Amino acid sequence: MKTKKPTPYNQLSKEEFFLSGHRACQGCAEALAVRLVQKAAGRDTIVACATGCMEIVSSPFPFTSWNLPWIHVAFENTAAVASGVEAGLKALMRKGKLPQRDIKVIAMAGDGGTSDIGLQALSGALERGHNLTYVCYDNEAYMNTGIQRSSATPFGASTTTSPAGKKVPGQITWKKNMPEIAVAHQIPYVATACPSYPIDLIQKVQKAISKPGPAYIHILSVCPTGWRIPSNLAIKVGRLAVRTGIFPLYEVEDGIYRITQKTSKLLPVKEYLTIQGRFRHLTEELISQIQERVNQEYELLLKKVAMTQGEKKEE
Amino acid sequence: MGKRRGLEVSVGAAEAVAMADVDVIAAYPITPQTHIVEHLAELVNNGELDAEFVPVESEHSALSVCIGASAAGARTFTCTSAQGLALMNEIVYIASSMRLPIVMILANRSLSAPLSIWNDHSDAMSVRDTGWIQVFAQNGQEVFDHIFFAYRVGEDPKVSLPVMIHVDGFIVTHVIEPVEFWEKEQVERYLPPFKPISRLDPERPVTMGAFAMPQLFTETKVAQDMATTQSMEVILSAWEEIYKITSRRYRPVEAYRTEGAETIFVVQGSFGETLSVAVDELRAKGEPVGLVMPRLWRPFPFELFRSAVKGAKNLIVIDRAISFGGQGGPLAIELRSSLFGLPAPPRVINFICGLASRDVTVEDFKNIYERAVDGSKAPVFQEDFQFYGVRS
Amino acid sequence: MKGTKELLTWKEIIPGNVILNPGNAREYRTGDWRSQRPVWDFERCIMCGMCYAFCPDAAIFEREDGYYEADYYYCKGCGICAEECPKKAISMVEE
Ligand SMILES: Cc1ncc(C[n+]2csc(CCOP(=O)(O)OP(=O)(O)O)c2C)c(N)n1
Ligand code: SF4
Ligand code: SF4
Ligand code: SF4
Ligand SMILES: [Mg+2]
Repeated sequence: MKTKKPTPYNQLSKEEFFLSGHRACQGCAEALAVRLVQKAAGRDTIVACATGCMEIVSSPFPFTSWNLPWIHVAFENTAAVASGVEAGLKALMRKGKLPQRDIKVIAMAGDGGTSDIGLQALSGALERGHNLTYVCYDNEAYMNTGIQRSSATPFGASTTTSPAGKKVPGQITWKKNMPEIAVAHQIPYVATACPSYPIDLIQKVQKAISKPGPAYIHILSVCPTGWRIPSNLAIKVGRLAVRTGIFPLYEVEDGIYRITQKTSKLLPVKEYLTIQGRFRHLTEELISQIQERVNQEYELLLKKVAMTQGEKKEE
Repeated sequence: MGKRRGLEVSVGAAEAVAMADVDVIAAYPITPQTHIVEHLAELVNNGELDAEFVPVESEHSALSVCIGASAAGARTFTCTSAQGLALMNEIVYIASSMRLPIVMILANRSLSAPLSIWNDHSDAMSVRDTGWIQVFAQNGQEVFDHIFFAYRVGEDPKVSLPVMIHVDGFIVTHVIEPVEFWEKEQVERYLPPFKPISRLDPERPVTMGAFAMPQLFTETKVAQDMATTQSMEVILSAWEEIYKITSRRYRPVEAYRTEGAETIFVVQGSFGETLSVAVDELRAKGEPVGLVMPRLWRPFPFELFRSAVKGAKNLIVIDRAISFGGQGGPLAIELRSSLFGLPAPPRVINFICGLASRDVTVEDFKNIYERAVDGSKAPVFQEDFQFYGVRS
Repeated sequence: MKGTKELLTWKEIIPGNVILNPGNAREYRTGDWRSQRPVWDFERCIMCGMCYAFCPDAAIFEREDGYYEADYYYCKGCGICAEECPKKAISMVEE
């Protein structure tokens, strides 16, 4: 008989809240991310969900994959719906109409529902200071409607509305930096995460929900269907996004930046790009353009870390 | 009965919302709705009303916040006008389909363009088919009473639908009127605490807002339509209770001096008050004229309307909105179709007037009456409708 | 609530189309989508639980003896568990 050594993975809570039987594609790391987020948040949670892949795969009436109170209203207003849930609970508990209890409110939306059409409602919710955690599941396009580009689609990616053509090589704008937009609201907690690093993700969710006030978590969620990769590589590709510096994992706690997955030397972005169908058309020149941009942004992030951690020491 | 107080109708409306023990208010400023929200904010910040006031960044979010709060079990309130309503339109449909008893005052205003802050019913008519229970309130007292009515009807488990109170912007919202307040105990007796059918609660997890495939979608819509139609019973008893408390009688279709009337004006909202004066003056001259005001707009009281106009030869329908390229104003279109197939239906003569608060006086209504009944000018009415008071 | 096959009538619909049975989509057999199945070699397995953590379908469960295995009612055969197992204890075999 072998003995079981505890690992962070085999010690995870066995409770599931986003249950088997959902209709996400094979190897959908967005579904995995949702599963992990809800595991981390636990039972006393209410979820407000935007229209998008995760809503569609989990709620074909009269069936639901949710083992939690869950509400979907529309595409662009999840932050507002979650604000309402939070305000409602707060009022009812204060007025003695409901017993006092610590209920976490989580808002969830895709990159389109967050960085495009839902940005205004999100900004409002963050600015007003509701006690909720907003999770953006970023699969870098409007997947639910058929892989159209969003402002979170990275430079060079081919999507159905930014197709790699003879003249234009796919998406020609750089990914909108949504986590920085959240940081600019000076909320208590902002983090990036990726289900390829489940323990890091879970710790961030727990930190986010335990802090009073708004928190924002931006999760890179690999989508085998839209990124045109084999389903078994979804975790690997997410890991490469982190290790190439394309999607660094960090958190910003009360304004102080910290990189949570340090890499001594970043891998070349080429390793990440060339295994994905959506980047297959990229020339060496475009790849080096991307490399340059990633280097710059990573440098900038390191500077923010140094700067804000410096401030911390001075205090 | 409570004290009679002279105050701005918007302030009275806000006071009623506060007396209804609302839990969450979410609204975005737009003229002429602003005074209602401002007064609520004041009550909250002065500690006179224990509620969450959520100063949202748009009307779309205002109603979304109300949906979230209502789904959590809170009593909610919002109000808006014209452009704000148009912006929240997507969510207006969803609120009723999710059967959440949110209450909204719509301070009626013209829809742009050209931009106009003034009053008509173009915004009201744009949400006719959104699935909200809708009533028209003509003055401050009616607005005040209908706040309690709206919560009572909407929250009734047999109904469970949002309720919209139409109030003419400026003409009603901004005037100072005497309003008879209710006693606290009267409100409490009339309006039981909100007990939602379903609520977002970790103890008993439910899924709200699932999507439906075609083989179920129609069933969900029929269920919703049945609830709307069947709300009539609850509406009638809620008005009956108001009568018992206040001696003020509200009916789905209000009729004024229709006995023996050959010609009946039909109008909604505050024009009813001016028109009743015109009717009095015409009656004094022996004209067989009356006035009918459909107070309840959704569910529409078809039967009551037909019997209210029974025996009339002419209906002069006053519309304060246009259906571009359609058969006149939305009210006339609705009424004409409700009369279709009757053995001897009255002739429907449709005048569109009073857009963007353009004044329509007692004299104007008398003119309209003359034009409508004067046989020599009859050919005019081969058209479906006409605009009144437009420079040519 | 009725089963997957029968359809609700309008009278059976709860106001607002609310679903009262949490997680009732578990009836849905996503295992039918599979063209390959993961098979465990317990000789190699060190019970680390990574396969369990990475399954997007929560289709891997811990057995009483501490080993992990797939629930084929749900396993979609994505191959993530096999790819991520640090001991290469899982192989994907054609159905
Ligand atoms: C107002 C509105 N516009 C457009 C749509 C259509 N729509 C539904 S989901 C979706 C894309 C969702 O993309 P994203 O938020 O990135 O989520 P994903 O499906 O990729 O997880 C779109 C465009 C809609 N439902 N509502
Ligand atoms: S399209 Fe992508 S994100 Fe959507 S369910 Fe499929 S794999 Fe997941
Ligand atoms: S990942 Fe591999 S070694 Fe770890 S528990 Fe699963 S099968 Fe065993
Ligand atoms: S193949 Fe995919 S779905 Fe099946 S058990 Fe492994 S990870 Fe889960
Ligand atoms: Mg997306």
